[in-house]
Amino acid sequence: MFRQMVRIRAFETRVGELFAQGKIPGFVHLYIGEEATAVGVCSNLKPSDYITSTHRGHGHCLAKGGDMKAMMAELFGRKSGYCKGKGGSMHIADVDIGILGANGIVGGGLTVAAGAALSAKMRGTDQVTVCFFGDGASNQTTFHEGLNIASIWNLPVVYVCENNLYGISMHQSRHQKVADVADRAGAYGIPGVTVDGNDVMAVYEAAKEAIGRARAGDGPTLLECKTYRWKGHFEGDPTLYRSVEELEEWKRRCPILAFNGRLLEMEALSPEEAASIQSGAEAEVEDAVKCAAESPFPSPEEALEDLFA
Amino acid sequence: MTYAEAVRDALREEMRRDPSVFVLGEDVARFGGCFGVTGNLWTEFGEDRVRDTPISETAIIGTAVGAAATGMRPVAEIMFCDFLTVCMDQLVNQAAKMRYMFGGKARLPIVVRSPIGGGICAAAQHSQSLEAWFAHIPGLKVAMPSNPADAKGLLISAIRDDNPVMFFEHKVLYSSKGPVPEGSYTIPLGKACVKREGSDVTVVATSIMVNHAVAAAADLEKDGISVEVVDPRTLVPLDEDTILASVRKTGRVAIAHEAVARCGFGAEVAAIIAEKAAGSLKAPIIRVGAKAVPVPFSPVLEQFVLPGKADITGAVRKVMAA
Ligand SMILES: Cc1ncc(C[n+]2csc(CCOP(=O)(O)OP(=O)(O)O)c2C)c(N)n1
Repeated sequence: MFRQMVRIRAFETRVGELFAQGKIPGFVHLYIGEEATAVGVCSNLKPSDYITSTHRGHGHCLAKGGDMKAMMAELFGRKSGYCKGKGGSMHIADVDIGILGANGIVGGGLTVAAGAALSAKMRGTDQVTVCFFGDGASNQTTFHEGLNIASIWNLPVVYVCENNLYGISMHQSRHQKVADVADRAGAYGIPGVTVDGNDVMAVYEAAKEAIGRARAGDGPTLLECKTYRWKGHFEGDPTLYRSVEELEEWKRRCPILAFNGRLLEMEALSPEEAASIQSGAEAEVEDAVKCAAESPFPSPEEALEDLFA
Repeated sequence: MTYAEAVRDALREEMRRDPSVFVLGEDVARFGGCFGVTGNLWTEFGEDRVRDTPISETAIIGTAVGAAATGMRPVAEIMFCDFLTVCMDQLVNQAAKMRYMFGGKARLPIVVRSPIGGGICAAAQHSQSLEAWFAHIPGLKVAMPSNPADAKGLLISAIRDDNPVMFFEHKVLYSSKGPVPEGSYTIPLGKACVKREGSDVTVVATSIMVNHAVAAAADLEKDGISVEVVDPRTLVPLDEDTILASVRKTGRVAIAHEAVARCGFGAEVAAIIAEKAAGSLKAPIIRVGAKAVPVPFSPVLEQFVLPGKADITGAVRKVMAA
């Protein structure tokens, strides 16, 4: 889990730099600061399980086993990218390993996840679907409709709300009356659990229970992970809507540093090992950047392919 | 003044003039709008009249409908036109139909502002031009300004209009500059503008394609081809007279919009010309629009799919050769 968190941080940090240098077109939403959520949850999943992701999806994709090279190539708009250059940051998907796509539409995945879970149930498999979404998305109609249908049909789905306190500039306290999104589970008669989303072990344990419930046929759970995004909503966002003090406070609670400290204390990891994991992740990212930069753009006519099966 | 500033100017003028006008949408207040359009309006008018909403497009349009039916004049912002699909029921079945179903007994002065268009590698869920969907629905008006001065004058008219108006701003145009008159002025909905006079070919173009058409016309002039560029400015109501008069003068037509050509607004314009001015046509009508695929991410793919100046130049040469 530590390695995965470090990989995500290294990937996102580098993507931020490349975007600033104009090497990545479009816009990107970075996941820095939220690594414990994706990793804590996805570490419980099998390759055959499904996830639906969001516009801030790089972390989910890596944690679910996504290929870093194909991700980077996609961000660069290259032919060798996950979507052959058609998707970009907001649409990365790998259906073969259960990644049913990042989504440019806030709340778009909440009902789709119910459908994937319905399909697993109808096909008689034990596959679980995890739906990642933000606090902002929890105000969309799809949240209410998705949770309702998943609950009445007892579907094997875990709704994971990454509550990073903001929907673009809107602080959670300005966009909803509840302090805990998990409270809304009561409206659908399903368990609602709130955990410290910066504590990867806490996320892991809570997700383990929820995923276990889903796999056992006991229906959906709403799991809320309280975390914080360090960067702006998108790269280039001046973040005038929040204070430097608030950011600094959350940086002190860095999920990676905290976990690192804990592992050192437990003597499960040595400082040397931690350093080598860090440098290994950086090298892997550099390799992905190199591959991406060297791979060709698609030819224009390829734009016309892949529309229909 | 930029196109974005012109839109803001219109909002400011109308909010000062009429206390029932208010703005609502995601991140429109402190953040100033995703494209900076609403800027610092909230410092002048307060967060009551420049109202941040949750990410709930259905509720944004639904509350606008309720507020409008009861005496307010909401101007709702939907951050990208792609997200209008989230609130289609509220627009199509509620806003567009209420007055009619009630036997003319309600007024729904709503403006829905939303950016359209590609060109910034924003990929398939953030780059569409969906204007034709709304032009198809009786009960909605549709405006598509192509320059700052038109944006301001049309928006003021839209706000004063007692009906729902879909107001489509092209995101690439936001930073474009042009002269904009001071103070309050209106450009009527339903009055086209001849952006450039010419005698050989008429190009009917909307939104950003107007600029491409004017640029294409300047190039073609060097080859001795005289192009007239007509910008309808509003699709509903549509100024058929100006379009038909131009076609009768030139006898040749190309129609250009950024939306997918198939079932796009160009098909409607072509049909109107065929029905009402076929006799003056010296060549078949040509349409220029995006290819029938979602807008892809990679710049090479996006450029290939979306139409530009070269496509208009090519279309004009083709109608001239026919
Ligand atoms: C339907 C829809 N409305 C609005 C947007 C614009 N938008 C993109 S991300 C975002 C904020 C999402 O906030 P949240 O769900 O809390 O996720 P976070 O960005 O905090 O990870 C908004 C408003 C969108 N992409 N789709």
